[in-house]
Amino acid sequence: MKLNGAQIVINSLKKEGVEYIFGYPGGAILHLYDALNLQDDINHILVRHEQGAVHAADGYARSSGKTGVALVTSGPGVTNAVTGIATAYMDSIPMVVISGQVPSKLIGNDAFQEVDAIGITRSCVKHNFLIKDITKIPTTIQKAFYIASTGRPGPVLIDIPKDITINTTDKYDFLKTIEMRSYKVIEEPKQNQIEKAAELILSSQKPIIYTGGGCVIGNASKELIEFTRNLNFPITQTLMGLGAYPADDKLFLGMLGMHGTYEANMAMHHSDCVIALGARFDDRVTSDLAKFCPYAKIIHADIDSSSIGKNVHVDVVLLGHIKLILKSLNIVLKDKKTKNIDSWWSDINYWKSFESLNYKTSSKKIKPQSVIQSLHKVTNGDAIVTSDVGQHQMWAAQYYNFNKPRRWINSGGLGTMGFGLPAAMGAKLANPKKDVVCVTGEGSIQMMLQEFSTMLQYNVAVKVVNLNNRYLGMVRQWQEFFYEKRYAMTYMEALPDFVKLAESYGHIGIKVEQPKDVEPALIEAFKLKNRTVFLDIITDPSENVFPMIPSGAGHNEMLLAKKDKILSKNDSGLNLV
Amino acid sequence: MRHIISIKLENEAGALSRVAGLFSARGFNIESLSVAATNDPTLSHMTIVSVGNDAIIEQITKQLNKLIDVIEVKDISKTKHIERELLLLKIALNKKLKNYKEKQKNISQCKIIDSQNDVYTIELSNTSEQINSFLDKFDQSEILEISRTGVIATSMKKIKNNT
Repeated sequence: MKLNGAQIVINSLKKEGVEYIFGYPGGAILHLYDALNLQDDINHILVRHEQGAVHAADGYARSSGKTGVALVTSGPGVTNAVTGIATAYMDSIPMVVISGQVPSKLIGNDAFQEVDAIGITRSCVKHNFLIKDITKIPTTIQKAFYIASTGRPGPVLIDIPKDITINTTDKYDFLKTIEMRSYKVIEEPKQNQIEKAAELILSSQKPIIYTGGGCVIGNASKELIEFTRNLNFPITQTLMGLGAYPADDKLFLGMLGMHGTYEANMAMHHSDCVIALGARFDDRVTSDLAKFCPYAKIIHADIDSSSIGKNVHVDVVLLGHIKLILKSLNIVLKDKKTKNIDSWWSDINYWKSFESLNYKTSSKKIKPQSVIQSLHKVTNGDAIVTSDVGQHQMWAAQYYNFNKPRRWINSGGLGTMGFGLPAAMGAKLANPKKDVVCVTGEGSIQMMLQEFSTMLQYNVAVKVVNLNNRYLGMVRQWQEFFYEKRYAMTYMEALPDFVKLAESYGHIGIKVEQPKDVEPALIEAFKLKNRTVFLDIITDPSENVFPMIPSGAGHNEMLLAKKDKILSKNDSGLNLV
Repeated sequence: MRHIISIKLENEAGALSRVAGLFSARGFNIESLSVAATNDPTLSHMTIVSVGNDAIIEQITKQLNKLIDVIEVKDISKTKHIERELLLLKIALNKKLKNYKEKQKNISQCKIIDSQNDVYTIELSNTSEQINSFLDKFDQSEILEISRTGVIATSMKKIKNNT
């Protein structure tokens, strides 16, 4: 039987088990939309902006572990999608984006709504394909899903010219197994490296386990918990890694890095053995590389060999799938005796006594940190929390205490404002029975507001916690610290009435101005199971994110809120980046 | 240090721009790049000459390997290898400048494709270093046009038993 290209695309997506596509139609992709409309297996969510489609597919992927799918038209459809694609790329999220392209014979002619999608996305995708031959559609889509979801995952873009989607063929066979000579994934670690790592681990007197997003993406939580508890070693996690190890556990030191805890960063600084698992030594974690972990031997486990040795010298390389690496390590280390690390724990407990996450409470002004703590309480710490980017993101990471993986969804690598709301929408569709909250600020939320309309259309009920401090808070914080309080660019006088705004989109808006009203408002919002509720919470505008390692400083040079003294640019003599 | 990186990659549109884009995006240096299809029409062979310390070359190798179109990457400068570059040169000798005779002799040792009076089009294949020192023998004003292919290279394996 002859099928047209669009039908073959849809059949291929069905074969991959796609449940949801997030997209926006346009000229070059209309044949595909027609084919989509003639079937019932795949649900299409019509977003209001292509960036929202990609972030929603991203939130769907992060919360479920499945590959997210977005569908956009040519030209502006693709360029609008780029921010979302780059966001997914930086955080290694499995995703397939299908873009329409102008008809083959017009490519290169500056046709209406033509951009070089392959060229524009090349540096922010794991791979991309331009389909020039209708018979290659099934195999290309199979390869795209395979590449997106294996190894270090990432977004793959498939660009399909319009004529390819309307031409017909009877050749649409799938590959039985996907074998690519140019793409081989090494999952099984080398046993001799596992033994070398074990030797180093057992000889260590000041060990620390440092885990990243790889442990979440690699579904290695169970193995990680066994590994850590068996060794009784302290563990810290990156912003992307939160939840893989339970935050309430006594071995957990909190997040590390720029806004990590004092104990996590001091432990990194003084450690003699850093066990890095699925983390990539990002600059927000390491700070000044010249001052990073000066006494430590480093074991680095990752599936991407180019991450190993990129930023820091590594003593033991463990290349492979993090789940398999941890399984092998757990077998080798079972019943083995580690060094006595009691004195190391007493050092750590001393650093803990600084209580670096303490903040001044107030009965008059709402402290943003306390809102997150109340949110944890009201949701029993079991909600899926998405965030945007800025101060609220750090507070959510610091105070929500994630105890399970895939509960914390944020743009860690690219730092994309506007990510939170569409990501929450995707997460809710993937997890209809779970509470989904978007923690945001009045700056970030305004970058993707239009998706409230999508959420109304498909009845996607999430709770939005808007920590409204009337400032681009992180920008203000840096200006306070490093630009002598010159607050360039503020918008306090021009903010919308968020309650009315939420209501105009058919949702519920609640304004909260008193500390005592925060918890009751949250309880009320979560009672409204089938409604999206926007909580506009007016917080203390002067609150800063502490503790903090200023750029250019070392892990042992943190600024603590307790000292209440901010080093200015001139005092600190630090090179601010 | 100078490294010669030999790459086998899928002979597909866009593969070259993926490699070139990687170098510019990550700030790696390219001294020369040469690429052509092989006896297998689905396969291209690319030779890149880059300069960097061991850590940079390691990153280049790893990042290249990560590209989906790349099948194999070898830093062949570490092993015994042969490298060649082809020079096409159009040159007009000037009798008034010194070493005229010697220059004529140098040219005569190359493959002369065309000569009209003192204007020669010549072809020379050698290492980049040898080509540079050959060019140094002439005055800048005598050189009308230069075209170089960049380095191509192959490793020299000991062949045990060629039966």
